[in-house]
Amino acid sequence: MHPAFSVIFLTTLLGIAQGLFTALITAQVYTLVELVPVEKSHEFYAVGTLIVIIFVALALFASFFHLGRPERAWRTVSQWKTSWLSREVIALPSFGAVAFIYGVIQWFGLDMEVLKLGQYSISLSLLVGLWGVVLSFVLFICTGMIYTCIRFLQEWSTPLTVINFILLGLASGFTVATVYAVYTAPGLVNMFGGWAIFFTVVGALTRISSLIRNSRIKPKSTPTSAIGVRHSKIKQTAQGAMGGSYNTREYFHGQSKNFLSLVKWSFLALAFLLPIALLTTGLITKVAVIVVAAAVIQYVGLLLERWFFFAQANHPQNIYYQAT
Amino acid sequence: MTQLALIIDLNVCVGCSACVTSCKEWNTSGEAGPMTDFNAYSKDPTGTFFNRVQSFEVGEYPNTEVVHFPKSCLHCEEPPCVPVCPTGASYKRKEDGIVLVDYDKCVGCKYCSWACPYGAREIDENQKVMKKCTLCVDRVYDMSLPEDRRKPACVLACPTSARIFGDVHDEHSEVSRLIREEGGYQLMPEWGTRPANHYLPRRKVKIDIQDEALDRVENPLKGENFTKPADDDVTLEDSSWI
Repeated sequence: MHPAFSVIFLTTLLGIAQGLFTALITAQVYTLVELVPVEKSHEFYAVGTLIVIIFVALALFASFFHLGRPERAWRTVSQWKTSWLSREVIALPSFGAVAFIYGVIQWFGLDMEVLKLGQYSISLSLLVGLWGVVLSFVLFICTGMIYTCIRFLQEWSTPLTVINFILLGLASGFTVATVYAVYTAPGLVNMFGGWAIFFTVVGALTRISSLIRNSRIKPKSTPTSAIGVRHSKIKQTAQGAMGGSYNTREYFHGQSKNFLSLVKWSFLALAFLLPIALLTTGLITKVAVIVVAAAVIQYVGLLLERWFFFAQANHPQNIYYQAT
Repeated sequence: MTQLALIIDLNVCVGCSACVTSCKEWNTSGEAGPMTDFNAYSKDPTGTFFNRVQSFEVGEYPNTEVVHFPKSCLHCEEPPCVPVCPTGASYKRKEDGIVLVDYDKCVGCKYCSWACPYGAREIDENQKVMKKCTLCVDRVYDMSLPEDRRKPACVLACPTSARIFGDVHDEHSEVSRLIREEGGYQLMPEWGTRPANHYLPRRKVKIDIQDEALDRVENPLKGENFTKPADDDVTLEDSSWI
């Protein structure tokens, strides 16, 4: 497939937003059970949520570039019964809205105790926050399923696609949370950084699993099944267009095998290897700039990862355009 | 239930592209249009088409054969492009099974084109909406046309009758008979999309001549103890003409 930059930015920015919000609520839960130094500052959570909303807004902005007729975007909520894309369009603003409510509760100090579980006081903000985390996971699943559900794009049609979206989103979100904590809440740096390393390591394992899986794919469609002529030697001589067509532009990445291989190794290094090393160093040395570098490098790596994700998918229609 | 569809006979298709041009002419100026072109008269012309004729070389020289292969929307009975549409612009008509796009609802996200294994959908770069074969829905029900003209433009244009239009759910129809008797098949059956359009394979007409037919075993001239008469022998038959 031809990687569209709108979708690359949409999915990576959204992943950070969802991971960061999950990180904030994790911090709140940890604070509640006193696993970390108590972080009761409403501002910490409110400003963190503002960053989440900025990432959601940037992602939404990017997504509009993918639409031919963005003024009709409101129609895309209508087919939630059948379309994962429609479900994503509903889940995205729902997540953003709950995050916004959470931010408002924290910023204006509207928090109150709603129930008591033993010695723990469960606050309104925590309940709203947990609801936001649930929606963030629903959004991860919707985004992943958009790709997983197309059964003939065999590179995408695996549960690993959804798992990778979740883990890579959490990894980048917790890394950004670590950067945020370095400057605002030093007590949380180790907790965020630890989870960031954990999700990056597990994400690396699942992403490598999908790379191995995809390298072994045997295409179900062949020239024989595509045109119905039983012969092992079928060569295309004309594809019905002189100067190319939508079919030759949309479904081909147009890069060499070597370039693809370069992108693959680059993202393995930039999204996983370097951030793990930098985060570990950052947590030990407590040097802010190392953690910032980890986040920036990981984001660049994830952009490459997403580019590769699209480029690697080989659409069966390409059999009809072999001369490209 | 009715399922309108095309049968494409690869045995007689000569790859002339008359179906391509008549489709473009009819649809670009009709309800489904425009089908915008770019660089139409300069380098790298490109544009939107509902139907394209491709050519494939099968085999290796000298044992090759060129197969001309017209490709348009197959109007699948289980269309994978329809459920993925977020706006409901992509739909399959209940009454006749034609898969259509409502240009007024389409948001141009291209997701349906990703979900079509055949690459039958093309975005119109001018109108920014997805376009595809309509099976000339604006022709086939047009009562102002004489009955024999109520067919898709491509079918009417085909000089070799390689395109046949009809209801594949009606077992008595010509198209159903062709699928049944002439080996009609579907493209990429492995995805379970159940395309309504069928293709008829190349069919070689060969006379199967056995040696026995040329050289009869019971030929009395080859019986035991028969000696061939010398050429200058005058037989009874020969003498009767003299």
